[in-house]
Amino acid sequence: MDDTLLLLISALDSTLRVSTPLVLCAMAGIFSERSGIIDISLEGKLLAGAFAAAAAAAVSGSAFVGLGAAIMTSVVMALLHGFACITHRGNQVVSGLAINILASGLTVTLGVAWFHKGGQTPTLSGDARFSPITLPGAETLADIPLLGQIYTELLSGHNLLVYVAFIAVPITWWILYKTRFGLRLRAVGENPQAVDTAGISVTLLRYRAVICAGILCGIAGAYLSTGQNAAFGKEMSAGQGYIALAAMIFGKWKPLPGLLACLLFGFLDAMAVRLQGVSLPGIGEIPVQFMQALPYILTVVLLAGFIGKAVAPKAIGNPYVKER
Amino acid sequence: MSIKSITTGQSDAVGEQSAPPPAIELKAISKSFGLVKANHNVDLKVLPGTIHGIIGENGAGKSTLMSILYGFYEADSGDIFIHGHKKTIHSSRDAISFGIGMVHQHFMLVETFTVLENVMLGAEGGTLLNESSKTAREELIKLSKEYSLSVDPDALTGDLPVGLQQRVEILKALYRGAEILILDEPTGVLTPQETDQLFKILDILRSRGVSIILITHKLQEIMAITDRVSVMRAGTMVSERETVATSKNELAELMVGRKVLLEVDKTDANPAEILLEATDLTHEEGGVVLLDSVSLNLRAGEIVGIAGVSGNGQTQLLAALSGICPLQKGSIQIGDVKITPKAHYSPKEFRDIGVGHVPEDRHRMGMVNAFAARETAIMGFHEDPAFNGKILMDQKAIEENCTRLMHDYDVRPEDPSLKSANFSGGNQQKLVLAREMDRNPKVLLVGQPTRGVDIGAIEFIHKNLIKMRDAGSAILIVSVELEEIMSLSDRILVMFEGRIVGEVSGKDANAQQLGLLMGNAGNQKADLPPDEKNKDISNRKNDHSEEVAV
Amino acid sequence: MSSPSKTLPAWIDVGLIPLINITFAFIVSGLVIFIIGEDPIEAVKLLVYGAFGNDYNLGYTLYYTTNFIFTGLAVAVAFHASLFNIGGEGQAYIGGLGVGLLCLALDQYVPLWVILPLAIIVSGLFGAAWAYIPAYLQAYRGSHIVITTIMFNFIAYSLINYILTNVLIEPGSGSPESRDLLETAHIPTFQDAFGWFGIKIEYTPLNLSILLALISSVFVWLFLWHTRWGYAVRMLGFNNNAANYSGINTRRVIVGTMCLSGALASFVGINEIMGVHHRLIMDFPAGYGYTGIAVALMGRNHPIGIVIASLLFGALYQGGTELSFEISTIQKEMVLTIQGFVILFCGALAYMARPTIERFFFALTPKNQTVAAE
Repeated sequence: MDDTLLLLISALDSTLRVSTPLVLCAMAGIFSERSGIIDISLEGKLLAGAFAAAAAAAVSGSAFVGLGAAIMTSVVMALLHGFACITHRGNQVVSGLAINILASGLTVTLGVAWFHKGGQTPTLSGDARFSPITLPGAETLADIPLLGQIYTELLSGHNLLVYVAFIAVPITWWILYKTRFGLRLRAVGENPQAVDTAGISVTLLRYRAVICAGILCGIAGAYLSTGQNAAFGKEMSAGQGYIALAAMIFGKWKPLPGLLACLLFGFLDAMAVRLQGVSLPGIGEIPVQFMQALPYILTVVLLAGFIGKAVAPKAIGNPYVKER
Repeated sequence: MSIKSITTGQSDAVGEQSAPPPAIELKAISKSFGLVKANHNVDLKVLPGTIHGIIGENGAGKSTLMSILYGFYEADSGDIFIHGHKKTIHSSRDAISFGIGMVHQHFMLVETFTVLENVMLGAEGGTLLNESSKTAREELIKLSKEYSLSVDPDALTGDLPVGLQQRVEILKALYRGAEILILDEPTGVLTPQETDQLFKILDILRSRGVSIILITHKLQEIMAITDRVSVMRAGTMVSERETVATSKNELAELMVGRKVLLEVDKTDANPAEILLEATDLTHEEGGVVLLDSVSLNLRAGEIVGIAGVSGNGQTQLLAALSGICPLQKGSIQIGDVKITPKAHYSPKEFRDIGVGHVPEDRHRMGMVNAFAARETAIMGFHEDPAFNGKILMDQKAIEENCTRLMHDYDVRPEDPSLKSANFSGGNQQKLVLAREMDRNPKVLLVGQPTRGVDIGAIEFIHKNLIKMRDAGSAILIVSVELEEIMSLSDRILVMFEGRIVGEVSGKDANAQQLGLLMGNAGNQKADLPPDEKNKDISNRKNDHSEEVAV
Repeated sequence: MSSPSKTLPAWIDVGLIPLINITFAFIVSGLVIFIIGEDPIEAVKLLVYGAFGNDYNLGYTLYYTTNFIFTGLAVAVAFHASLFNIGGEGQAYIGGLGVGLLCLALDQYVPLWVILPLAIIVSGLFGAAWAYIPAYLQAYRGSHIVITTIMFNFIAYSLINYILTNVLIEPGSGSPESRDLLETAHIPTFQDAFGWFGIKIEYTPLNLSILLALISSVFVWLFLWHTRWGYAVRMLGFNNNAANYSGINTRRVIVGTMCLSGALASFVGINEIMGVHHRLIMDFPAGYGYTGIAVALMGRNHPIGIVIASLLFGALYQGGTELSFEISTIQKEMVLTIQGFVILFCGALAYMARPTIERFFFALTPKNQTVAAE
């Protein structure tokens, strides 16, 4: 019994770790897409952020310098996206794709040129990484059955950025629904003309939205290379930006459901590893590949309107042209 | 044009100018889009605390003028004075800060927002919503009470009926402190009851000192609610009147103008058998009734014109009669074929049974700008065996087809490979007409036959339409150009709000009477319930010469 | 209202502006090379030699070109119906699966000339089937095709992974691969083909699939500009309302176009499975599906442009690989960087230069012919 509990706690524990970049990227996607800008460049911003964080941390020896570099890099890419989509009214999907491919190329090109390690960055240690934080009282509470175990094993012992990610959700929610900026941002994704006639600049508003997306993706990138891992590796984002995109859609472009979708997808991932070779009673062995594909399958099913309806912001994908 | 009479008319009206400065004064406003002069030297004076109507046909420049006033466009030249002070308005933000509010024809509302959120948007009064929404709610409730504009602040805007949505728009403007309120065709989407409601509201607003500009094409509304009225035509302000001192008849005349009829050489029609009979066509979209029990027939050898201000169901009528939009209710009989909602015919099948269609907007539908002329010339017929081998298309036949059409219909330059977009408007239209007429359709539907077309081409197009009529086709023409309708049609039907509200014989028609019908002021019968009204019209069908208008 | 842009002459629209965009992309790429401390001119020299310098290099270049033609055409065909097919990668995967299954089933029994046509058909059907679902969802249920095709790429990857690790894996083997195909399922390489005429060249993966690529290009050209179906596709892409007006069943055209697109992408499987690897393996589409988007954008969605752009990208890939051997600081990922800039400047920022050029053009030419439209 205790074993199963421990197993579950360890699965949930790794769910949190796996979900962290998803949560941050999904929130980033919400900022961008709720303002009407399609953002398939989450992946590229994540990857670029990861590289910048690892590189800067390696040089400076400080994880926080790395974090700053990651955010800056990711914001620059977001601004590039904005420049193409908002200022020049380019195709938002094409722009996002360009950014993803650029990130794949540039991170390795620059990485090799700067560190000569075949695209890797030097291994980080000490202050150059975000190390696990033990929450107060974790050790003393460890012996209390269930609650203590959950506190110590599950909630305590993550690095700072994990907590940041989960705090980012209520903050995103708060910004979207409780601030003037959020109100306008939601409006501009639905009906930019309404915003324009209310005397607010659509362009400025959308730029601010993509910058928010950049910041969050940068944090996610820093988590990948300086929190979860101890260096940057080629293609280390490995499609997580796309999973986050799927999770955001699955969460219907809303922060809390988006968080749940990220946790669900993270949990599926954590279970995929643990269930490998395990035969479940009545079902048999679930192929790990099926578990990996499940987030995407679920998202397609949702998009097809078979479970509920995912309604995208109305003005998404359309550049705003004032004069007609 | 009767400019003389206008200037005299104006000087009459301006006589008693003494007390406070006008709420709005526009002086010599001009605005062009490319080569089109949307506004030309327009003057306007709106006195404080009055309702000022601006009336005019489509494209008269009313909306452009108001967009300039609201900062959506910037005028090329001219001055704007607000309460006597000269102001420059670069953006909506400026307009709002000068106390101008606007209720657009298409509401500027976020449907997923609550009423309160919509009202606050852009005027939140603080970075955090909690505080500001509390004050906004109080203010909104206060405004609601003050102006009897009751609406639930927490209702989802998209769920509200259009009448209430409009109310939200008005509240939005008032919330921003608007003292001058512009309403652009506010009744277009409203039911008669909602319209009454709106007018009551406007009345209250006026009594509280709000100055209101009401843009409309409905004479009835001008007469019912305004204090003064300005008439626009073709981008210019042609006249200003005190409402009590004018009449529907005079306004209709001013609005349409005493234009010289284009001379069209035509003999009397000899209508023969009915080629197309539409019965009881009704179409609804998103709660708005676009077609309301429309019945009409087209006979061989006659041209039937549909007159009306655009947006009164003409587009939907063409879509229904050509198969572009499946029928919801009613039926169309063409020869032996009966098309009903259950027995749908595609546009291609309509063509196969002899219905040609020149769409109202060639750029939107009738042609593909990026296509070579020869490709545009086979639209709708691209599967015709004449243009196809077993697998590949017969480029030579396609080319020859286009050359022949261009030659027969005088399309210039006579180059089948030229991109369709690079022809002038008149030549584009001739190409589209050539395509549709060349097959000798039994029934030809023509939307805006000469929109954006030069004089020479107009004459050519009109001549060819008459020729086709004389060859025994039934032709239906939809046009917002009244003189075109009058000069071409053997029979004229007037549409208003999705209904046919009148039928006039082409010979007896005069602009004033049609103008009244188009503004739904010609005839009380139009307000009858649909059933009776239809009976009314179908009774008249046999006698083309009888006029409906009183 | 007619915008003045209509009246820019074709040579500026189709020639100059794309050229300027590509130049931008290459200049910025050169800048990156400069930033990492290498000489861009030297790099270009090495790259060109690495791509075209001898029969070995050229063979590789053309081998890459083959794949790019397939995926570039796939993207272009969908683009003509104004559909964005990002699913080339997955469609190639599933097409390859079809090829692999067919060859594994038949290679012991029948010769190549039976297998090859069947393989082309089966590959096409598999690829089309994989494109069918997103297309159907777009046409009939309004799901955004960009998102669904992205999702389907990942699903395809997992599916192949499963089949290879659990079904097709050779007993006792540790790596997810099928058994080797017999000679009867090998498409002759150029080395073989030249050998028939007694000419000896070095082995490269270049094989006769490139003929299929060229045939496909001609086919796409004929289809789009010389058949009634292609006519319908282009009309839908240009003007949805006009297509409706012309009696075209737009939903069916959407589905049909995507199926054709999927089939074209799937032929990457023919080249890779039957021409090069001779067994079904993981990761054989190697990003070709995504590169196809750059190829299509650069080739202006025209088969001739696509063949040229494919050759350019083939040269970049091969030259880039050689370059990375010569200059250790430059990796073959430099090619990805260039590709990213090409997509950015030729795609997302395609209209950036336009207003400036328009201003120049209209300043230089007297205003006589511009009045043509209205």
